This record gives sequence, C-alpha cells and structure tokens, in this order.
Amino acid sequence: MKNEDTLFYTLDNGLTVHLKEIHNAPIISTWVWYRVGSRNETLGKTGISHWVEHMQFNGTKKFPKKVLDRQISRVGGIWNAMTYLDWTTYFETLPAHVFEISLALEADRMANSRFDPDEVDRERKVILSEREGNENQPHFLLGEAVQETAFQNHPYKNQVIGSTNDLLSITRDDLCGHYKQYYHPGNAILAIAGDFKADQMQKNIEETFGKIPDGRQVASAIPADPPLNGERRVEVEGPGETTYVQISYRAPKANDPDFFILTILDSLLSGPTSLNMFGSGGTSNKTSRLYRALVEDEIAVSCFGALQATLDPYLYTLHLTVHPLHSPEEVLQAVDTELNRVLDAPITRDEIARAIKQAKALFAYSSENISNQAFWLGYSEIFANYDWFENYVTHLAKVTPEDVMDIARKYLTPKNRVVGFYLPQKDQTKA
Amino acid sequence: MNHQVYKSHKNALPGPNNISRVVLSNGITILTRSNFNSPTLSIKGYLPNGSIFDPEEILGLSYLTAHGLMNGTQRYDFQHLYDKIESVGARLGFSAGTLTTSFSAHCLSEDLTLMMGLIADSLRTPTFPEREFQRQKTQLLTSLAIRAQDTSAMASLLFDQTIYANHPYRHPDEGHPETVQAITREDIVDFYQRTYGPQGMVVVAVGAVEPETVIETVSEVLGDWSNDKQTALPNIPDAPALQTTTRKSLSIPGKSQADIVMGFAAPNRQSPDYFPLRIGNNILGEFGMMGRLGQRVREEAGLAYYAYSSYSAGLGPGSIEMIAGVNPTNIEQTIQLITEELTQFIAQPVTPEELSDSKSYFLGRMPLLLESNSGVAVALLNMERFELGLDYFHQYPQNIQAISAEQILSASQRTMDPDRLAIAIAGP
Repeated sequence: MKNEDTLFYTLDNGLTVHLKEIHNAPIISTWVWYRVGSRNETLGKTGISHWVEHMQFNGTKKFPKKVLDRQISRVGGIWNAMTYLDWTTYFETLPAHVFEISLALEADRMANSRFDPDEVDRERKVILSEREGNENQPHFLLGEAVQETAFQNHPYKNQVIGSTNDLLSITRDDLCGHYKQYYHPGNAILAIAGDFKADQMQKNIEETFGKIPDGRQVASAIPADPPLNGERRVEVEGPGETTYVQISYRAPKANDPDFFILTILDSLLSGPTSLNMFGSGGTSNKTSRLYRALVEDEIAVSCFGALQATLDPYLYTLHLTVHPLHSPEEVLQAVDTELNRVLDAPITRDEIARAIKQAKALFAYSSENISNQAFWLGYSEIFANYDWFENYVTHLAKVTPEDVMDIARKYLTPKNRVVGFYLPQKDQTKA
Repeated sequence: MNHQVYKSHKNALPGPNNISRVVLSNGITILTRSNFNSPTLSIKGYLPNGSIFDPEEILGLSYLTAHGLMNGTQRYDFQHLYDKIESVGARLGFSAGTLTTSFSAHCLSEDLTLMMGLIADSLRTPTFPEREFQRQKTQLLTSLAIRAQDTSAMASLLFDQTIYANHPYRHPDEGHPETVQAITREDIVDFYQRTYGPQGMVVVAVGAVEPETVIETVSEVLGDWSNDKQTALPNIPDAPALQTTTRKSLSIPGKSQADIVMGFAAPNRQSPDYFPLRIGNNILGEFGMMGRLGQRVREEAGLAYYAYSSYSAGLGPGSIEMIAGVNPTNIEQTIQLITEELTQFIAQPVTPEELSDSKSYFLGRMPLLLESNSGVAVALLNMERFELGLDYFHQYPQNIQAISAEQILSASQRTMDPDRLAIAIAGP
C-alpha cells in the first residue's frame, strides 16, 4: 500500500530493527523478539525460557513491578508476551501519542530485570498452576506425549511450559544465567508498526536501545534428529468420554522451499491457515478433503491441520475428534485413504489456484490490524526474513501439482509420523 | 482527548457524520460505515430470537436451528454453499444466544453481494436436510461431552444455575445431552417458522464499500422478507439477589486444576449503574494484571495463573463474575482471599489514583477497539441493540469522566453483597 513504508537496519550494538509506517489509525505496536525458546533448553531446565518471560513482568529498578503494569494499562494499552519453540516475544500496542513508554520499558528490561528471589518462588507457583490448567485439557496431554515421541534429541521434544520436575528444581541462578545469555541486542529484533515517522522513530530507538551494550553471540545450530524411519504409536488414557487422534509428521523448516508446497497441500487437506494472530480472519474448512471424507462421512466430528513456521524441522499435525460410533483406528485409516488419493489422482491446477485465491484473501485480512502487521515484521525474521511474509502469496503461486505430489510422498508417509490416541479411561471413578 | 487524537486520521471516530442508518419497511435496520484502508469487509447482525424460546425438554433447539441454517438452502446444498464461501477465502457463521441469533461474515469487499446473498438464502430458505441435521446433533452432543470435562465451562454453568435460579437465563444455550438428544428435525422447522423473520433484525457492514451500495444490496436480498408468524421476544424478568451465600460443587475426576466462579446477578446494559460498575469491575479484577484480585491471588499469594473479574451486561440481567483456576488444595484459601477483597471493595470507595488510572484506561483503549472493521461492526451493533445513540463514542469520554468513586461504591453495594454470594466450583 502507498502509505506503508518499511525501514530495516541494525544498530551498532547488534539490535536488528524493522520499522513499518502505517497511518490508518492512531496506534503504534512495538514488539521485541528474542531468539530463545524451548529450542534452547537442556534437559533438567525445560520451561526456563517461559519462566524468564514471566520474570520480565516483575520489574526493574527503573520500572518496579506495579509501576510498569500501571504505566501501560493507564493509557489503555495492550501488552503481553509469549514464549514458543524458537522465540520469546514481548509487545505493547498503544495509542500513538503515548507510545514512548514501550521503548523505555523494553530497552530497560532487555538488560536490567531484577529476579527478586521472592518473586522467583511466587512465579514458580504461578507457572505450576498454569501447567495444571493445561493438564486439564486432553489436547495438551496427547500433544505432550506425541511431541516427546516425535524427536529423539532435538529440544522440540519438550513442552514450552516445561516439565513439573524441572519447574520444581530450576533456581534463581539458572534463570539469571538464561536471561544474561539470551537477552541482549545481538540476539533480539525490534519490530514497530504504526502511526509514526521513521526518522523520528530512529532517533527514539537510538536514545533508548542504542545505549545497551551488546552481549555474546548465541550459537544457534542444533543438530537435526535422525529420521523417524518408522511409524511410532502413543496412547494416552484420561478422563472423559471423547476420543482424540493426533497425527504428527516430521515437516520442513520454514525457510525450506518445501514449506510453501506443504502449505498448499495442507490447505487442500484441512483448509487454509489464517495469517491473523489478532482479530478476525480465516475461513472454515468444510470443503477441504479431510473434512469431506471424515466429518461429512461421520467418522470424525472435527478435523484441522497445523503447519508451523519454525527454525528447525518441526511437525505437521492433524487433529481429529473421533465420532462416538467409530474408533481411532478407523479415523486413521480414513486419513490414510485421503492421503493416498493425493498420490493416486493428482490434484489439479484449479485446486491450487483456489488455494492461492484463499491465501490472498487471508493475507488481506492480516493487513487490517496493526498489531498483526508488527507481529509478522518481527516473527518472519526469526525463521527466515520479511520477504517470506510480504511475498507469501507469490511463494505459494509457484507451487505446481507435481510439487504437491512429491511433497506428499516425501513427508506424509506412515514411516515419518507419530500417531497418538487419547482414549477415555476405563474406570473413571478412580481417575 | 481521544476525539482530538482521531481528528488527524482518516479512520475517524464512528459517529453520526460517518455512520449511515436506514430502517427498511419490513423492520430490518441497516447500519454501515465505510473504511477504505484495507480491501476487506465485516458484516454482522442479529435477529431477536434465541434460547429464550427453547422448551425445557428440548434445550439446545435455537442453537441447532441457527447452526442448521447453512446445512442447505433451496438454492444450494451444504457443500455448494460452503464452496461459494471458502473459494473466496471468506467466512460466514450463525450462532444462537439467549435473546439473539447472530451472524458474522468476513470477506473481501468485492464479495459483498455474494455474502449478503448467502446470508439472505440461509435466513429465508433453509431446508434443514435430515442427514445434516443428524450430523450436527452428534457434533453438538460431542461438544457437550467435552464441556462436561471442562472445569471452567462447568463452573460457569453451575454459577448461572445459581444466580439465575427460577429465571430463564439458568439454561445453557447449547442445552444438555438429554435435551439435545430429544430434538427432532420437526422441532427445528417449527422453531424456525415461529421465530425467524425481519422484525427487529439488524445488519451492520463496515469496510471498503460505499454506504449506498450496502443499503441497496441488503434491500435487494432482504427487503421483501416477511413472516406473519414471527414471535416477539418476551419481557425479561429481573433476577432477584440470593437470600444467602449459596455454594455448589461438581466433581470431575482426573483433573489437575479446579475452577472457581463467584459472583452475583448484575444490572443490565441500560442501567444507570452500568458505567460505575464497568469501571468498578475494572479496578476489582481487570486493570493491569487483573486488578485487585490478580494482585492478591496471583501476585501476592501465587495461588493461580488467572484470577480476575468480569461484568457482562445485556438486555436482561447481567452478571459480575470473579474467576480463578487453582490447585484443588487451594480452593478454600482462594475463596477466602476473593471474599476479603470483595468485602473491602464495598466498604471503602476506590482511591482517586485507581479511579484516574481506570478512566484513563477506558479512554486510551478506544482507538484499539475501533481499529479493525470487525471492531467497529461490533460497536455499531451494540449502539443499535442497547439504544446508545450514534454519537455514543463522542459522548463516551464525558460519560467515563463523570463517574465518581461514590457512584462506584453505591452501585457496587447495590449489586455485590458478600453474604449473598453465588460460589460455583468444578474440579477433581
């Protein structure tokens, strides 16, 4: 769009800066991305990245805990943080005339978080409670078992929230060490989108982030796991009367050309993926192949697919809720029948054209919201670069029917997957 | 202050000068506002019917009717209908509440005619095919089985049954397994014929289209719709306060966490107490890291990942709910902490600092709420439904600024009595 300009540069201390002017609404969204997540965790310390994220809300000398929270909330701002496999991110979306607080706050907590011992112990209890809330969900229990089985050594096998044992044993020193290792300009991306002038914003950034000394570069390569070389099965029993199936295939990393081809295949199989992290967008998946074969034919009651943009090869996952009159084996068989159909009767150019048209609309929705635009401005840099997102539709448009068949053969085979069943416990009075 | 901020922007504050409102002769109200910042369109609306009309033995009827509208129409079968929508990357869905059946669509603005045509088709000529009906019923029964395992949903259900005892709101819109099991296709057709029609219907469209185009398109596809049998909504009675604190628990074996919902029935959206309670609730359990409740239960005691309060207010009685998810061994302590905070809240006025912070929060939040087309569409729907006036956002800063600590205290004392609490718990 004409009124949108991007500016990408690096500060002397190593901080990557991505700016995008958008003057549609009096709002500025500021994101700081750190290249650290569960991918960077070792056994015995799982959940430490997420815990450090929690500690980042517990104050610095300049912005004590309650002051920090109050300053953002007072101006009606939205602020939060997320930790995932490859990254930890912090954001503030604020009315434009008061946005400066976000720069001051993020620059300060990049280097000066306090890690008060009492707060560390209190936060341990909060995170254990968060984990217990997750454990109430069958999808979490099944996902945890599947993920652990899908990788041998790669840290992607661990849950972002961490294991209960690790959460009980991680110390304040561990947290401080993790923070010092990963939180510095050389390991971060600052992404800002919204109603500002880039030249003035550059000055503001220099005055706040420019003063932070650079830290050590963080080695990032993690050896790839060997291929699965055979289907793995995992069963979880738990309360309830509903059966779930999760099928996870080892998938390409985001900046592998295979990723866009698998995106098209996923769109045909389970429906197109929304690019909108915030607000509306997305479409239903009732004309997708798996919905028609499984839900319309009443073998499952719901199905959806998830392909995630990651730094290392991760998983392409199908989630299915089993119809009460059918078994998980029947669901698996029906999925395989559909996957075989991709190989037996090649998909057509029309189907691909339709998937691209859908992606175009979803891309347009993603531009409606400034927080979402700032999100992609930083997120895409974590695993590839902004071109990945900006030219998303163009990348998809290059995919051919032959590509899709090759990708189906390469990735969506039984020997490359973990199949997980969540089965209702037999005697639930003892649960 | 915020009006000033907006003046320099293309995306001006919604108001009488940029919202078009038209009422068609058959009773449909159209509100529309242009926004050419992105090539997208949000269409939302509602009809005045819902689970309030559900007979007790077949609760879930309005839910299945609303979700069945797109199972097939005279023009399109299920797959054909969804093919039209999904081929252009659009989305359309209907859902049922207690007093409304709502619809929501998101599309590229070039697809306005297509989407309004499909909305009209679904509303005017649904065929409710038997096979799709049975499939949808199974899907609903499965989601009720999943609900039965969800501590948060079940605590909320128990809470509603407590504060709305003997009131129509005590029933969940989705019904219960046994009531859904009893619903037949004939019930759906009968419900549709009795309660669907243009009277009181509202359509809102916000996005990259001219107002005249929206009005013409809606008139074209819905302007000649009529239904002599359409039943008007009944008057909704008040929900009297409980006589004494009432506690209900539900055991869901095998779960790790328990959910607690505590609170009261509360005034509706049009009550003079609405703004005082809205700001009061913000201070009690919303502002920053979940207000005073978050401070006490999470930040000081470390008992919960979430501990907050919310105030819901519609046309009938609303509710104030204080919610926490905790380890089962911490239930009593959490209830005690929340009760102490509540007792304190109705004993002393909020501090000038809290009041100033909260007002500032509400004013600052406006541009964020109104950023997207769907955000503005929701705002327009609420303006119409609760008769707030097209100048609502222009008046909003004054309405917020006018609220005093004393008004918050007296409104809270009228609504929240710690001796008449409803407490609902679901957990292992």
